Amino acid sequence: MTSVRPDSSHLAVVPAYNEAATVGDVVRRIHADAPGWDVVVVDDGSTDATAEIAAHAGARVLRLPFNLGIGGAVQAGFVFAREQGYDYMAQVDGDGQHDPAELDKLVAHMRADPSLDVVCGSRFMRDNSHRYPAPISRRTGIHIFAFLLSRFVRQPISDPTSGFRLYNRRAIRLFASDYPHDYPEVEAILMLHHHRLSMEEIPVRMFARGGGVSSISSGKSAYYMVKVLLALFVGLFRRRPLPEPGGGAPVAAETGI
Amino acid sequence: MDHRIQLVAIIGAAGLLLFVLELVRRRRLLERYALLWLLSALVLLGLAAWRDGLERLANAVGIAYPPNALFFVAFAFVLLLLLHFSAAVSRLADQSKVLAQRVALLEERLNEAERRSREEAASAEAGARHLAGEDVIEPVGARRASDR
Repeated sequence: MTSVRPDSSHLAVVPAYNEAATVGDVVRRIHADAPGWDVVVVDDGSTDATAEIAAHAGARVLRLPFNLGIGGAVQAGFVFAREQGYDYMAQVDGDGQHDPAELDKLVAHMRADPSLDVVCGSRFMRDNSHRYPAPISRRTGIHIFAFLLSRFVRQPISDPTSGFRLYNRRAIRLFASDYPHDYPEVEAILMLHHHRLSMEEIPVRMFARGGGVSSISSGKSAYYMVKVLLALFVGLFRRRPLPEPGGGAPVAAETGI
Repeated sequence: MDHRIQLVAIIGAAGLLLFVLELVRRRRLLERYALLWLLSALVLLGLAAWRDGLERLANAVGIAYPPNALFFVAFAFVLLLLLHFSAAVSRLADQSKVLAQRVALLEERLNEAERRSREEAASAEAGARHLAGEDVIEPVGARRASDR
């Protein structure tokens, strides 16, 4: 049943909330296309058979006793990765949007530049011929976040909502202790900047959802926009009790635009 | 100020104070949360009983009818209490999130340990039968490998 090999240092975290239709395929595809990766599915209090299907497909399963939302679910993955001592952790969404065949591309990019703490798969980078099929309302929101974040962190960010990311030990440690709540990817980039961890994007392919219902329906888009914008601006001024020491020269704290 | 409204205010504030004290005494209210309630009940009682103070307060902030100053103070305390509870709820939500994550991690570890000990028991049994010259059962590890 299990595919876990103790010598492996790569962990794919699959957050899944009522993704019974797709989560089995996602796990099998990671096993097939990214051999050497351990898979842990975080079942975020699903009411369907997500956990059973994931376990049957050969993943380890963390069953949250109730729904925490995407941030809490992924953070459980970070804690798991930290406690099991993984060198790399990547998030692969349970809805089949992300292509596990590209996991090793993320790793290769991080290995090529050891100063990187996070490598993020972007669906909007220029040399990407594949158009990502997202509703216009969401694309607009994504681009607004991208614009703001790029200015906050002084580095071009093309896809701030992408969850397809690879983290090294330092990033795992940081996010295991503090990860934003809902729609966390955007604020996480700001956290990386504040803690002086470095991040880079590489172009990846993403698919439309394989099934199930997105946690962000188009009707809720506006609500999420406002909420994330608030989180972003609060994040700018938030107190960070446990700053993760970053590399490079010490820089005076700066929070402005 | 009309004596009737003063009487009502005193009785209301004193009732609130006694009720809060009773809740604390029965341990239905943690002292941590009772403090703000006690403070607001005491201030309201003080202002209701001490007419001169209330009138001075009303004059200072430009309220023509002193009992309205009492309402104003009470409303301010209500807002403060609500904010206090929002903060408390946020903290509880954060703590229950951590608990949920710990439960999930522990449950996974327990399942994993149980599975491993079952496998060990099974392979030990197979080994014992092998030694006893019985039919050899395919080892568990090999069977798992062929499953995949």
